[in-house]
Amino acid sequence: MPAVIDVQQLHKSYQDTVAVDDVSFTVAEGEIFGILGPNGAGKTTTVECIEGLRTPDRGQISVLGLDPQRDRAQLTQRLGVQLQESRLPGQLRVAEALELYSSFYPAPADWRQLMAVLGITAKARTPFGKLSGGQQQRLSIALALVGNPRVAVLDELTTGLDPQARRDTWELIERVRDRGVTIVLVTHFMAEAERLCDRVALIDAGRVVALDAPATLADRVESEQRIQFRPSVPLDRGLLESLPEVTSVSHRGGAVVVTGNSNALNAVTSVLARRGIIARQLRVDQASLEDAFLALTGRHPGSDEKQEA
Amino acid sequence: MTVTTAPPPAAVRRRSAMTQLVLTELRLFTRGRAAVGLGLSVGFPLLLVIIFGGIHSFSTPVKAFGGLTTLDVYIPILLVFALALLSLVAMPATLASYRELGYLRRLKTTPAGPARVLAAELAVKLAVAVVTVAVIVGVARFGYGVAAPRQIGGFIVAGLLAAAALMAAGLLVAAVAPSAGAARGIGAVLFYLMMFFAGLWLPIPDMPQVLQHISHATPLGAAVPALQDAALGHWPAGLQLLTMAAYLVVFGLAAARFFRWE
Repeated sequence: MPAVIDVQQLHKSYQDTVAVDDVSFTVAEGEIFGILGPNGAGKTTTVECIEGLRTPDRGQISVLGLDPQRDRAQLTQRLGVQLQESRLPGQLRVAEALELYSSFYPAPADWRQLMAVLGITAKARTPFGKLSGGQQQRLSIALALVGNPRVAVLDELTTGLDPQARRDTWELIERVRDRGVTIVLVTHFMAEAERLCDRVALIDAGRVVALDAPATLADRVESEQRIQFRPSVPLDRGLLESLPEVTSVSHRGGAVVVTGNSNALNAVTSVLARRGIIARQLRVDQASLEDAFLALTGRHPGSDEKQEA
Repeated sequence: MTVTTAPPPAAVRRRSAMTQLVLTELRLFTRGRAAVGLGLSVGFPLLLVIIFGGIHSFSTPVKAFGGLTTLDVYIPILLVFALALLSLVAMPATLASYRELGYLRRLKTTPAGPARVLAAELAVKLAVAVVTVAVIVGVARFGYGVAAPRQIGGFIVAGLLAAAALMAAGLLVAAVAPSAGAARGIGAVLFYLMMFFAGLWLPIPDMPQVLQHISHATPLGAAVPALQDAALGHWPAGLQLLTMAAYLVVFGLAAARFFRWE
């Protein structure tokens, strides 16, 4: 598939701070591409260069074959944008904002339908300042999509949304992608990247430290499996410890906890099956994208992750 | 649920971006805090016309004013009062708040761009200014017998130049103010200063010689006599028109130079 966005060796500094050191990636058509990283890693600066809001110091950017600086006029017609910190005048009503923004584009989406899709039709006459954080967020997503863009760049899409609104938004983004819109998602929220993104670029200190599908990234750091279950009859530890795939066996309450390599689960279950022992409440913990993130950057993706999750 | 790419039915005529932006600025001007500014800009000078018109001595000729009544002298002052409130107080606060919100920055990512919002804002404020001037002149004429401007062309030229110079000053305030609150403060100070020299508290002919000279060098100290002359049937003095034009150019260029979208 052709590259819709091509970023090569992007570098951007502000005074003496290097915001983006060296970032390269390509985004394919129809993809949901995640840009993941801790606060201050350079995610927002990177996408603002793509949007043409900032001029890179070095490097090349091409979006739909256009130069974000030189071909601004054309790019704005095809690129939908949600900015991290951008509000509307407090007295502007939802329907008015949508009608206004739709007038900017040559072939806009039906904004009434968009309002319905985002579940804000009941708020059509409510001023922006009276909307809840989640409703403001949904309106800003609607405004990013009202021009029928071919590419949408969404910065901190679900920050400030409650869990239900977040899941609804994820579904919406998947539907938007199904219409053929390429999506770039900036997030520090792991579950979001895991759920939505086809590929993610992990950015840390202005550099891409890894770029792959979320599951592949997680697999890369998967050194250990942790298996926990309650055996139907008391179990001799030696039975499992003797398996080459298993590294340790311990008891916790009535449960047995086994750690081992990626084949440990197979080995354990076949031994149990041979003995006619049933493993109740079987649970297997595998490395997640968050583990990958920790392993690759040595820190948590976002300090406010706890409140978010 | 899907969002179709089909344009809206032909029956629903789409307004252009510029029309829609003007409509939006007009709506916002009638709501919330901005509506207070609108009410003050239009209502306060009008109220003063009515109060002054009701004072009997204000309608008798005064020798110091060359035979004009006090009301005659105050009408041009109240006209620039309305223009100054709109341009120096209402507009800068609105534009600075747009920047503060990130609204202008967001518009940079759309085909419309933020400059059109500026144009829409200016258009709306100018339209309100024109209506306000017409209402004040009308009320003074039909309510209190103040003669309508006799040199109408000169009156329009002087009025437009005054409005343009004030709006350029307002844009400069919006350009340099770090926040909406600061814009409101700077705008208010500038408003009182300019209105002093326009003769709001002490009509220019009553001022000491030195103050009269300073006054004539300010935008509104030039505007008031220009409007007064036109009202009496003379073409405004070239120097007064030139003074306003100079402020328009200087403030305008400075605003263009310093204006930040984000």
